[in-house]
Amino acid sequence: MAKLEEIETEEHQKAIIISKRKRTKKKYSIIIPTYNERLNIALVIYLVFKHLQDIDFEVVIVDDGSPDGTQDIIKQLQNVYGDDLILLRARPKKLGLGTAYYHGLKHASGDFIIIMDADLSHHPKYLPNFIRKQMETGASIVTGTRYVRNGGVHGWNLVRKLTSRGANVLAQTLLWPGVSDLTGSFRLYERTAFEDVVSSCVSKGYVFQMEMIVRASRKGYHIEAVPITFVDRVYGSSKLGGSEIVEYLKGLFYLLFTT
Amino acid sequence: MKHILKIMALVVVVAGLWISLLQTSVVPRSYTWLLPVYLIISLGCYGLLMVGIGLILFPTCPQEAVLLQKDIVEAKEFLTSRGVDVGSD
Repeated sequence: MAKLEEIETEEHQKAIIISKRKRTKKKYSIIIPTYNERLNIALVIYLVFKHLQDIDFEVVIVDDGSPDGTQDIIKQLQNVYGDDLILLRARPKKLGLGTAYYHGLKHASGDFIIIMDADLSHHPKYLPNFIRKQMETGASIVTGTRYVRNGGVHGWNLVRKLTSRGANVLAQTLLWPGVSDLTGSFRLYERTAFEDVVSSCVSKGYVFQMEMIVRASRKGYHIEAVPITFVDRVYGSSKLGGSEIVEYLKGLFYLLFTT
Repeated sequence: MKHILKIMALVVVVAGLWISLLQTSVVPRSYTWLLPVYLIISLGCYGLLMVGIGLILFPTCPQEAVLLQKDIVEAKEFLTSRGVDVGSD
């Protein structure tokens, strides 16, 4: 009789420890939208797996029907790393950044959502910093900022820096967002925070990133920042077009009046 | 509260201050009438100053480009050895 009770207690204790471990071990879903990133996506995936050794994570790639064979490369990567860790959730054509994240979210199973670009401007070596910052502060959102001392940018000429700085000052003056890098798209969100904010965002492109962080700030979410470095894209053509300034101003005033 | 309402409230307070200054003539009238203009010009100058300072102190990271190239070489080696096609477009 006594022995049976001892065994039951031991099993019970083991079960508690295992369930505690399951609850404290968090899973991270990294959502990466791609369009014509055949070479970059392979490099990014390699670096993600290199820098996230002890983390439970998955990568959700949302490809918008790239004509350059990006999806074939992703399938090759799945052979190397496993199709349980690399999820390809493609769409038929370019349908926009905001909807790409929403699409990725539906297929993500993590407690946290990390968004990043596929063009190597966001280096996966900063992923542990995001995760650590969130664990230390309990923040709902950790955003990467290029504009602080340990951060930085490379590959921008004077005009680019000027427009970036001007845009930033204007946005800070008008919106008082409490975040130093509004258009950055290297961020970690608690899943619940992401779901809550993304459903109320309607903008496109990088204005979407601004809308996300401003709405999150207005809703009172705890937002922290980590410095990141941003090396302007090495391979491929940048998708930054000509009417960006007009779009930006329109986005700014939209946010001014609706947040 | 919507952000624009906060800004409107601020504008109202400043306008109120300006009108009361006009009424009480603590400061000579001719100056008081021009105060909003001075304010806007100061704001503009402050903005330009912030842009200028930010531009001068813009953090750059040329060493990161070098590190990135190393990472790319490492990645390409590994991936080719595992049968992933790493030719560029």
